[in-house]
Amino acid sequence: MNSPSTPDRDVLVDIRDVHFARAGRPVLQGMRLSVARGRITVILGGSGCGKTTLLNLIGGRLRPDRGEILVDGQSVPSLGTRALYELRKRMALLFQSGALFTDLTVFENVAFPIREHTRLPESLLRKVVLMKLETVGLRGARDLMPAELSGGMARRVALARAIALDPMMVMYDEPFTGLDPISMGVIAQLIRNLNRALGITSVVVTHDVAEAMTIADHVYLIGDGRVIAEGGPQAMQASSEEHVRQFLDGLPDGPVRFHYPAADYVDDLRHPGSRA
Amino acid sequence: MTARQVARFEIETGTAAVPASVNIRCTGAWTVQGIAPVEQPLTAVAQTDAVDCVIDASAISALDTAGAWLLHRTVRTLEQRGARTVRIIGLRPEFNTLLQLITAHAATAEPAVLPKVSLLAGIGAQTWYSLIHLTGMLAFIGESAIVFLRSLLHPRRIRWLPILHNLQTAGFEALPITGLLSFLMGVVIAYQGADQLQQFGANIFVVDLVGLAMLRELSPLLTAIIVAGRSGSAWAAQIGTMKIGEEIDALRTIGVGPQELLVQPKILALIIALPLLTVFADITGVIGGMVMASNMLDISFQLFIDRLEVAVSLSSFLTGVSKAPVFAVIIALVGCFQGFQASGSADSVGRQTTVSVVHSIFLVIVADALFSIVFNWLEL
Repeated sequence: MNSPSTPDRDVLVDIRDVHFARAGRPVLQGMRLSVARGRITVILGGSGCGKTTLLNLIGGRLRPDRGEILVDGQSVPSLGTRALYELRKRMALLFQSGALFTDLTVFENVAFPIREHTRLPESLLRKVVLMKLETVGLRGARDLMPAELSGGMARRVALARAIALDPMMVMYDEPFTGLDPISMGVIAQLIRNLNRALGITSVVVTHDVAEAMTIADHVYLIGDGRVIAEGGPQAMQASSEEHVRQFLDGLPDGPVRFHYPAADYVDDLRHPGSRA
Repeated sequence: MTARQVARFEIETGTAAVPASVNIRCTGAWTVQGIAPVEQPLTAVAQTDAVDCVIDASAISALDTAGAWLLHRTVRTLEQRGARTVRIIGLRPEFNTLLQLITAHAATAEPAVLPKVSLLAGIGAQTWYSLIHLTGMLAFIGESAIVFLRSLLHPRRIRWLPILHNLQTAGFEALPITGLLSFLMGVVIAYQGADQLQQFGANIFVVDLVGLAMLRELSPLLTAIIVAGRSGSAWAAQIGTMKIGEEIDALRTIGVGPQELLVQPKILALIIALPLLTVFADITGVIGGMVMASNMLDISFQLFIDRLEVAVSLSSFLTGVSKAPVFAVIIALVGCFQGFQASGSADSVGRQTTVSVVHSIFLVIVADALFSIVFNWLEL
C-alpha cells in the first residue's frame, strides 16, 4: 500500500517516503506512515524488519538517508541539538529492556527526568514521583533497586519514568516481549489507560499480534522496509492479503521465507573454516 | 542411552588378494556420542578397492543424524572408489527414513573455492578500521571540548555532585595504594643508587637521585598508571555497561546528554585529583628514599631534608606536577571513549575495559616522552 494515509484527525507523527540503510543493507525503503494524535498506533512486523530503527528515526537518534520525518510539525532530522533535546522531553521512549539506571532506586529512576528538567522543591517532587508510581501500581516498590525487580515490574517502572514529564507521546519498543500473560495484560491495560485518561499519543512497536489487536486504534504491518498493510484491528483481522494472513496466523512459510538467505547448505557443511 | 554405548563395526573381506567383496557389519549405537571411535577406521575401510560392498546395519541399536550421515558418507566414498554395488541391509524402517532424509539433504556439490583475502587487502582493511577508530576518538575529544566550553559559559550547568563523587572514588580512595607504591619506589631507587654512590663516597647524592627522579618523572607517571588501572578501567566498564543496558539511550531520550552527565564530571574530577595524588606520591616517595638512606648510608632525616632543599629546585617539582592534569585528561577521555565503544554483549565491555587501560597507559607514556623533549627544549 503506497498511498499516504489521510487520517481525519490531527497527525502527530508523519513519516514520508523514508529510506534508511545500515552498513549498506537497506532497512527502510520508502516507509510512509502517520500517527494520529491521541490514538494508539500499533506497528507490527517481524523481528529485524526495522521497527526499532523507525522509533530511533522518530526520536532523532538516527537520520534518514532520504525522506521526511515530521513530529508535531517539526522536521526531526533538521533540528539542532537543543531543539531535538527539547522535543525528546515531550516524546518518551519505553525501551525493550526497561533501561533503568541500575545504580538508582526505583524512586530515583522516576525522579531523574524531573530533577534534570525542573526545579521542583523536594516535597512536591516526591508527590509527583509517588503519583507516577501509583499509576503503574508500584508505589510500594519505590525503595527497591532495579536488580530486585521482575521483568514486568522493571518495564512498569520504566513506564513511570517515561511519563514523569507528562509527554505528548510515548513510544513503546516491544513492550510485551518476554513477559508472562498477567504482566502482559497489565502493560496492555496501562498503555490503554494512559492513552484514554491522559490523552497520550501512543506508538507501540511489537510482534505480539494478540495483545496488539486488543489495544490498537490503527495497525500498520511493515515488512521489507515498507508498510505492507494498514487499517483498524478488525479490518486487519478480516484481511485476506497473504502477508497479513502469514503474520497474524503465524505461518512459518509464506511471502516471508523460512530460510534466511544463505550460501549453499552443502558448501557450508563442507567448509567449517568459512564461518565468518 | 548411556555414554558407554558406542558404535562398532567388523569387516569380513573376500579371500582373494584384491578382495572382491567387503561386508561391513555395524553394531552398537551410531549416535553423535558413539561414532567418534569408528569415524577414522571407517574412512580407512572405505578406501578399499572392493567391487561389492554390503553394509549390514541390522545390529545398529540407535541411529541419529550424525550416525546416519556417517553411513551415508561411507556409502558415497565407496561409490566414488569404484565399487559397483553398495548396499545397506537390515536397517530398521525408522532408521531408514532418517538415512533417506540425510541422503536427500546431503547433496553432492563441488567444493567451493574460498575467497582468499590478499595481504594488501588485509592491511588496507586494518588501516581503514584504525582510521575510523581514530576519527571516532577525535570526534569524542571535540564533543568533550564543546561540552567543556559550554559549561564555562554556563557554570551553573556543571554537575558538582558527580564531580565530588569522582573526586572521592578516583582521588581520595586511591591515596593508600598510590602512597604505598610510591614509597616502595623511593625505597628501590635509594637502594639501587646507594650501592653505586657508596663506591665513590658520594653518599649524600642519593638525595638528588631520589628527589629528582621521583618529583620530575616517577611519581607523576606512577600515579597516572595506577589511576588508569583503577579509575580509567572502572569508568570504561561503567559506561560500557550502561551502553549495553540501553541506559545511555535512555539518557538521551530523557533529554540529558551523556557527555554532560558521565564524561565531563570525570574529566574535571581527575584534573583536580591527579595533581594532588602526584604531590602525595612525591612526598611518600621521598620518605621512602629517606628511610632507605638513613638505614644504608647513615644519612639522617635532618641531613636529607637539608640537602633536598639544595638539590631539588621548585621548577623540578612543578614540571612533575604540571604533567598530571594532561595525564588526567588522557586517562578520563580514553576510559570514557572506550566505554562508549562497547556494543552488543557484556563480552565487549570486558574487551573495551582492557583496551582502555592499555591505550591510556600507552598514551600517558608517549605524553611523558613529549614532555621530556619539550622541557629539555625550554631548559627546565
